[in-house]
Amino acid sequence: MSAVRCIDLCKTYRQGDQDIKALDHVDMVITQGDLVCLSAPSGGGKTTLLNAIGGLDIPDSGEVWIADQRIDNLSKGALAALRLTQIGFVFQAYNLVPVLTARENVEFVMQVQGVPAGERGDKSQAILEEVGLAGLADRRPAEMSGGQQQRVAVARAIVSRPALVLADEPTANLDSRAADELMALFVELNEHRNTTFVIATHDQRVMAYAKRLIKMLDGRIVDDIEQHAA
Amino acid sequence: MNDLKIIVTLAWRNLWRNHRRTLVMLSAIGIAAWAMIFMTSLIRGMVNEMLRDGIRSLPGHVQVHHSDFRDDPSVGNLVGMTSADIGTALADAGIERYSARIRVPAVISSERESRGVLLLGVDPEREVAIDAIGSSVAEGRTLESIDDNGVIIGRKLAKKLDTDIGKRIVLMSQDPDNEVADRGFRVVGLYEASLVAQEEAFVFAGRATIQRMLRIDDSVSEVAVVGEDYRVVAPLLTSVRAAIGGQDEVLPWMDIDRYLGTMMGVMDGFVLVWVIVIFLALSFGLVNTLVMAVFERVREIGLMLALGMRPASILGQIVVESLFLLALGLVIGNLFAYLSVIPLTDGIDISAVAEGMEMFGASSVLYPELELRDMTTANVVVLVLGLLASLSPAWRASRYEPVEAITKV
Repeated sequence: MSAVRCIDLCKTYRQGDQDIKALDHVDMVITQGDLVCLSAPSGGGKTTLLNAIGGLDIPDSGEVWIADQRIDNLSKGALAALRLTQIGFVFQAYNLVPVLTARENVEFVMQVQGVPAGERGDKSQAILEEVGLAGLADRRPAEMSGGQQQRVAVARAIVSRPALVLADEPTANLDSRAADELMALFVELNEHRNTTFVIATHDQRVMAYAKRLIKMLDGRIVDDIEQHAA
Repeated sequence: MNDLKIIVTLAWRNLWRNHRRTLVMLSAIGIAAWAMIFMTSLIRGMVNEMLRDGIRSLPGHVQVHHSDFRDDPSVGNLVGMTSADIGTALADAGIERYSARIRVPAVISSERESRGVLLLGVDPEREVAIDAIGSSVAEGRTLESIDDNGVIIGRKLAKKLDTDIGKRIVLMSQDPDNEVADRGFRVVGLYEASLVAQEEAFVFAGRATIQRMLRIDDSVSEVAVVGEDYRVVAPLLTSVRAAIGGQDEVLPWMDIDRYLGTMMGVMDGFVLVWVIVIFLALSFGLVNTLVMAVFERVREIGLMLALGMRPASILGQIVVESLFLLALGLVIGNLFAYLSVIPLTDGIDISAVAEGMEMFGASSVLYPELELRDMTTANVVVLVLGLLASLSPAWRASRYEPVEAITKV
């Protein structure tokens, strides 16, 4: 079963008097439970593709499907609801709300979803234990390291058990040890929960963890490699 | 609304993210609210005093006249009932504070000067009961009965006539047959009024004495009735109409003295304008604070939108933050206004500028009056307009495209 399907996706940006093709007829299928890395040099189109899959950006043409639902033609409200309930996000930086504690950040999505307080508390406690941050639940982002913050972001992304997690350069601001720990967490969650991960990165160490590596250049997929994860 | 708790939490915590800025803004709102309420209480106190003095100094809260009296205030236009019947009818209606008077134009002459005045034949006991001007005698004695043969005149008038207590004057008017009616009186007292014009205009004498002079038996030309509150005259008006209205005209004080009536409306308008003007000055700071708060949080707002928070919840977050700011500022402002006014309830001596104040009927002691409606007006204006002002930055925040906001540097 496909978790993500992109059919002939195109997206062009205007930069000065130049048209930049961020996505150039991209076709791609990601199956449920996969751990995929989108790799491209800066400006290669990986973040644009990730944003199109996550409903954060609307392609100029083509189709985006999440499971059985076409999302490129949804309204802003419907896209927001889709992101809230079906997709987990981990961004490169500024991932957490600074005025909320780790626990509150994890509960944020559930709170917006309307999950009752008791259930939220249980789930956030469990997920923080799972990512190894149970002791830091009451700390605010400024009181945690970059790696710990990204773990909280991962916890928030998966706490509602979305089928799909999208991560954009999640290790960009982490040292190698923290990056390895984060990727190990992704692998563990991928294997134990069968969560599909799509990670945009140009970090070779991150790519080594992926089951599948899709390479992009100038908005096009130039290589698609099945690989044995590290 | 699922997000309400998180909206309130975020709004409250974001408020204290930049302590210094929030405290400065709270001080600004507090000072503005204090200024609105405190200044309004001073002006309200002054105007209320002027109104009370004005109403006390003859009109009463409700007056009864012959229907033509206001066009032609002569002795020919007398109230239909005699003063004795009026007393009985009002007593039956449970109305105790009233005065039945003669009020006719007259000429007063001393041995040196003559002037046109309004001659009031009064029942001194009744005038004291309604706290009218004739009771405030500054020198000499007051009138002792309706048969008193003396007159009380204003200190200014005495000066103009070059007369004084103990001296004789002549009052001359017309009887109902247009014959000259005159009589000599001795000046027994001098009164002082807050309005100089009143001191020069009104001359008081015993009602029965004037009735005899004018040959009008027990008739009167004016009945002034005083109720509990000069601002609430409708029930009194109805009662008086029912008791002694008949063919006569029964009017509230604001219709009789248009200047005083207008003053009350003008005061309410002034309070609103004053409050809005202060708010406008404040609103620049408020909007600037919120714009800065939103600007500093663009990425965070983008993150929340990306995670699926609805734009309406982002808008709500900024508006609630503004609401907290305004509410806290108002609490501070109200508290300080209350604490400022309470020690001043015994009055503020403004005698240094009293002469100027007296020109428009204000006394030399200012009694601030903290009225609930003025406080409500100030608070409602700040809250409502403050929330409206916060809509612009809040709307802007809710319109961010998440993908652009997240990458904003």
